[in-house]
Amino acid sequence: MSPARFVGQVWLLLRKDVRVELRAGELIYATMLFAAIIVLLFSFAFLGGAPPTVEVMAGVLWVALALAGLVGISRSFEREREADTLRGLLLSPLSRSAVYLSKLLSMALLMSLVVVVVVPGLLLLFGMQLSGAGALGHLLGLLALGILGFTAIASLFSASLGRARGRELLLPLLVYPLSVPVLLAGARGTYDILYGTQESLIDAARWLRFLLAFDVLSITCGLWLFEPLSTNE
Amino acid sequence: MTNNASSPHSASLPMGLLATSLILAVGFALVPQLILSAPNEPTMGFVQRIFYFHVPVAWLAMLGALTAGVASAVYLSSNSETADEIAASAAELAVVFGLCAIVSGPLWARKAWGVFWQWDVRLTTTALLWIIFVAYLFARRYGGPGARRLAAGLALFGAADVPLIYISVSIWRTIHPKTSVVPTLDRGMRPAFWAAMLLFSVLFFVLLGMRRRLERLRKQFNTLYLDADEAGLLDD
Repeated sequence: MSPARFVGQVWLLLRKDVRVELRAGELIYATMLFAAIIVLLFSFAFLGGAPPTVEVMAGVLWVALALAGLVGISRSFEREREADTLRGLLLSPLSRSAVYLSKLLSMALLMSLVVVVVVPGLLLLFGMQLSGAGALGHLLGLLALGILGFTAIASLFSASLGRARGRELLLPLLVYPLSVPVLLAGARGTYDILYGTQESLIDAARWLRFLLAFDVLSITCGLWLFEPLSTNE
Repeated sequence: MTNNASSPHSASLPMGLLATSLILAVGFALVPQLILSAPNEPTMGFVQRIFYFHVPVAWLAMLGALTAGVASAVYLSSNSETADEIAASAAELAVVFGLCAIVSGPLWARKAWGVFWQWDVRLTTTALLWIIFVAYLFARRYGGPGARRLAAGLALFGAADVPLIYISVSIWRTIHPKTSVVPTLDRGMRPAFWAAMLLFSVLFFVLLGMRRRLERLRKQFNTLYLDADEAGLLDD
């Protein structure tokens, strides 16, 4: 298949996912609300003690992202399964890699909505401070790469769950261990950015490169594995 | 059922397995003697001897993970039942030996570093490997028929962690002893170390063979059970 055709397929599928979501709204609101609830829960849990350190903020940010993100992703695939549209997609003459890539991108868009809730939540409730636009740019870059890596794994496994028993239970058990590198690099990088010294920003750049390498690796693995994994026995 | 009927003894315990089991019995009597007669390490003292256990089991956890990864790749590309059986058995061994490494490491670390656990890169990646293969076993056990391919995908990611564990001590600044400890080992410690490595490796392959045989018998039993059920032999 020519690259242009492949990109065309991905774009078509991505537009379909976004349009469905904009009309239904279910996932957008549920995921954002869930993200807000998690940040609130964290702020209640740490209420009253010493003001939270930057390590805590970095941890809260990435744990909230992972929790809310996976809830949204798993619901999105469950809906496709209920309506049997996932089977339809897999049966259509589209390239399986295009299906995977479009799912990855639409899930990444969904997860960016979590960021829209969680980052302001941290600024408000945890007194998180960003030193200038450079730090914000670094943080957004880190989040974008982290989200890509996380969705690369999450969409591979949620699409492949097929008719496995206990899917809701199985998905987090499969996805969270594999996304530990993302959460780790993300939280460490965020800590370095929030810390805000010249040296810590250099360390943050190192975590950024680590995430980039992880993304390339996991998306390559995903493209390669999606076909055999989504084919049921 | 025709494929099973052609080789009725394929699942019987092979002689080679019995012979290696004998080697193991002798080895496990001898190696502790070697370990005791090895010289005392001057700074760490007696606790250093856990090294003769910790390094072999950690190596076997990585070998199990690699074997499971390669076998899973073969299973995904060819649907080979044998590869699936080997992958499942090797993954179980990775979990068992991984647990041995994760338990024996902290016992030494408490003495050498003063703490049981440090968020060191090698420790983190090893813990990650262990969790991934626990999830693998969980998916196979509770995921039903559709989850075998899924678990195979998980094993591939787990195997990808192995080179990371191996090189972690050379790339990052870690407090875990480096891989170069082994080639620069004190001359007196070598017999005990290499005997333990060899013995544990033999144990690994014996367990792998036996576990694989069990997996095959289980599959044959299930097929027979379903056949009998279909023939109406189980209605009572």
